[in-house]
Amino acid sequence: MKGAFAAAAALILLSACTRDEAPRSASSEAAPAKPRTYSRDPFPSTYRAYPGVPTAITGATIFDGEGGRIENGTIVLADGVIRAVGGPDTAIPDGATRIDGRGKWVTPGIIDVHSHLGDYPSPSVEAHQDGNEITGPVRPEVWAEHSVWPQDPGFTRALTNGGVTALQILPGSANLFGGRSVTLKNVPGRTMQQMKFPGAPYGLKMACGENPKRVYGSRNQMPASRMANVAVMRQTWARAQEYDRRWDKYEKDGGEMPGRDLAMDTLRGVLDGEIMVHNHCYRADEMANIIDMSKEFGYKVSTFHHAVEAYKIADLLKDNGICAALWADWWGFKMEAYDGINENIPLVHNAGACTIVHSDDPNGIQRLNQEAAKALAAGRRMGFQIPDEIAWTWLAINPAKAIGVADRTGSLKVGKMADVVLWNGHPFSVYTRPAEVWIDGALMYDAADPSRRPVTDFELGQPGEGDVK
Amino acid sequence: MRFGTRISNIALVLALGLAAGPALAQTVAITGGRLALGDGSEPIEGGTVVIRDGRVVAAGRGVAVPAGAQQIDAAGRWVTPGIVAGFSRVGLIEVDAVGATNDASASNSPFSAAIDVVPAINPRAAAVAVSRTGGVTRAAVAPETARSIFAGQGAIIDLAADMDPITRARAFQYVELGEQGADEAGGSRASAHVLFRNALREARDLSRYSGIPGGGGAAREPRASDQRDFPLEEVPDNRLLAAGAQRSDDVLLTRFDAAALVPVLQGRQRLLVHAERASDILQVLALKREFPNLRLVLVGATEGWTVADRIRAAGVPVIANALNDLPATFEQLAATQSNVARMKAAGVDVSLGLINNEEARQIRLSTQYAGNLVALGKVPGATGVSWGEALRMITSGPAEALGLGAEIGSLKAGRRADVVVWDGDPLENGSAPLLVMIDGVQQPLDNHQTKLRDRYRRAGEGNLPKAYER
Repeated sequence: MKGAFAAAAALILLSACTRDEAPRSASSEAAPAKPRTYSRDPFPSTYRAYPGVPTAITGATIFDGEGGRIENGTIVLADGVIRAVGGPDTAIPDGATRIDGRGKWVTPGIIDVHSHLGDYPSPSVEAHQDGNEITGPVRPEVWAEHSVWPQDPGFTRALTNGGVTALQILPGSANLFGGRSVTLKNVPGRTMQQMKFPGAPYGLKMACGENPKRVYGSRNQMPASRMANVAVMRQTWARAQEYDRRWDKYEKDGGEMPGRDLAMDTLRGVLDGEIMVHNHCYRADEMANIIDMSKEFGYKVSTFHHAVEAYKIADLLKDNGICAALWADWWGFKMEAYDGINENIPLVHNAGACTIVHSDDPNGIQRLNQEAAKALAAGRRMGFQIPDEIAWTWLAINPAKAIGVADRTGSLKVGKMADVVLWNGHPFSVYTRPAEVWIDGALMYDAADPSRRPVTDFELGQPGEGDVK
Repeated sequence: MRFGTRISNIALVLALGLAAGPALAQTVAITGGRLALGDGSEPIEGGTVVIRDGRVVAAGRGVAVPAGAQQIDAAGRWVTPGIVAGFSRVGLIEVDAVGATNDASASNSPFSAAIDVVPAINPRAAAVAVSRTGGVTRAAVAPETARSIFAGQGAIIDLAADMDPITRARAFQYVELGEQGADEAGGSRASAHVLFRNALREARDLSRYSGIPGGGGAAREPRASDQRDFPLEEVPDNRLLAAGAQRSDDVLLTRFDAAALVPVLQGRQRLLVHAERASDILQVLALKREFPNLRLVLVGATEGWTVADRIRAAGVPVIANALNDLPATFEQLAATQSNVARMKAAGVDVSLGLINNEEARQIRLSTQYAGNLVALGKVPGATGVSWGEALRMITSGPAEALGLGAEIGSLKAGRRADVVVWDGDPLENGSAPLLVMIDGVQQPLDNHQTKLRDRYRRAGEGNLPKAYER
């Protein structure tokens, strides 16, 4: 599992380093002339970390997000990164702001790999329904980032109540190929680009099961069945392989530039290992089909989302190095969710597969710590002795791996982004809330300071503006 | 709070020394636990609950264990009344998106107010067993609107593993008077209010022409509430449906619908009104001036905190969502998780329900939601509630708001013996019931989900396929 992940992460890293170099080398005088190609990053991040002050939290219980735990711990944040983490003897730089963390807990910020904030924002009016391009089952050309409304009040709730510091915004699941995802830092911006996580790889949202066949079957279009779901997906991948070959040849040998197809660009990115696949899939048997299809066409599924039957094939997920992003206890709202159980998360974890707690919900994203706690307790009741600090990996390093940012955030390791939550109690307790949240070392939320509480444009001048929500 | 080692559920039940099966005829004493009565008081260490013939005989500290009582040692456990969902659709739906199993609403029915959920309630719905396993013992079950502002009549049910789920049939009528109501009324709130008044006028006329005393809905001498809380076993009154009961030619409602609203008009049946926006709430409160016998209960009231003094002055109880904090619609712009506690602090009688799309399956989350209201007490600028108050809001609070406070929702003497023994603080994320009693009968705690869990406890397959493992 770890090996497979490391390999995948290395591949992503490699492609992240190289994917923007083609245009530069094309214009470079020293290098031999290379064919002009297209930009992999036409909507670049303009995110800038906000200023922070060197800060040391002492005396806290620390879950490092990778399974480590430090009692009476000290963590030092400076210059936007984690400078030091350790016990009470950890050196604290002169002039650092000191925070007494006794009786409190420190964790990495929670990362939600499945959110529709901004794409299905509040208020949930018809004019805001921007998450599904329900005009065809194959829509890999659409990018969720172009629907993100940065003024969605949901972002602020996820920060202040949920301690969420990064999140992946996905297109919805009406389509087999829903489009590209975008990963954001949970820092308010005037533009999507200001929130965009620098250097995070894109994801491709795919969906199997009831949704695509219902949406298109009801219009007498393909797919109207699960078998057609797979047929349309396979046909599309076959086209993508051909597109990939044409462009590979052109980028290597030159000649006439092939025609651009934005849908195929996205799928080519997957086949080349630059874009990570996030596949909405509930049923165990369908996940097995998707795994075989991915092998047939030579790509890798990063994560199955929702996966309420992941527990039935946890061994398969482990063997194939695929993460499962899960709810603690959602079930029964549709047929393919009928076999949801409270022990899904601990069963998948116990089988050694990469396990993630996700929300898919503007309310659930405010309580992911509580969702993890419920799942953890359900696991312990069936005899799995999973320590608290291990369970926190479901909210931190595992989601970071699933979206390709584990080298920069997702755990409290020296040099990583200082995305940190100080909780006012044990973060698995229902009675606990974030006290302070830092993103890249900047204090973005302080429960005790109303001036450190974001208020979106939408809520200005409305009843309850600036209230504790 | 601890998230330490727990042994399996089964082992704990055995440790409690329980005999399986009905405990109806015998006297049972649950002793030594941390006891919470559900009346708003804080838990008592080492409390005792005595149960006989399906009722609570006594509960508290220093309660004597009767000779010959079967004793259940709850030392180290928590003991509470069963959880009461103040608003739900449990039992009406098996799978939400499978229309044939979803009896919440009837978009092609000619009827509205006359609809009664009772024939649709399935005590074997998977959600009933799942909710019971989560400690929920009673629930208010409301129909959903489809083509009228009136959804029909809801019931109070128990969640026991038997085929007699109805605690009180036709406990309330449910009406939409916010955005949803405007939609059902053809597009505006103003239309919804005209339709509402017209419906009550038709009910009044029908009862008047039927010669039923008190049918006119005129103001009456207030009576003690317990007298007015009799079950409506005969609704609609057959006299209202008889051929001799005349109606004007100028009617919109079917006879059945008009007849169903007569007890609402007379104050014999509660009227649950869904309204979220502050101005909508005030319009609902104003209905009392026009129809003085209405026994209103506000459902939703997300912006209630902004007009809490007026809700209190009207004496109208509220059943609210615990944690709405998003401006999910324009009628919820002032949403905050502090809504419930701020209303409470202003003197409003407020309880919790699930007024969202989890209402059919996830009423077991009531405890988590209540716990979150306690958490707010530690957040500067927010308003929270005490632990005992949070439990009250999911036990006796909704029971009283729905007219069943003398029957369910607390462990006071005489109440039905709905008792839950928990492995920890029931409002905590990590806790679960070890024992659930409904009417004094110990309930099974296995269900579809627990059986799937047990089948897939071990990854991979053995000598035979999984289908042979159970």
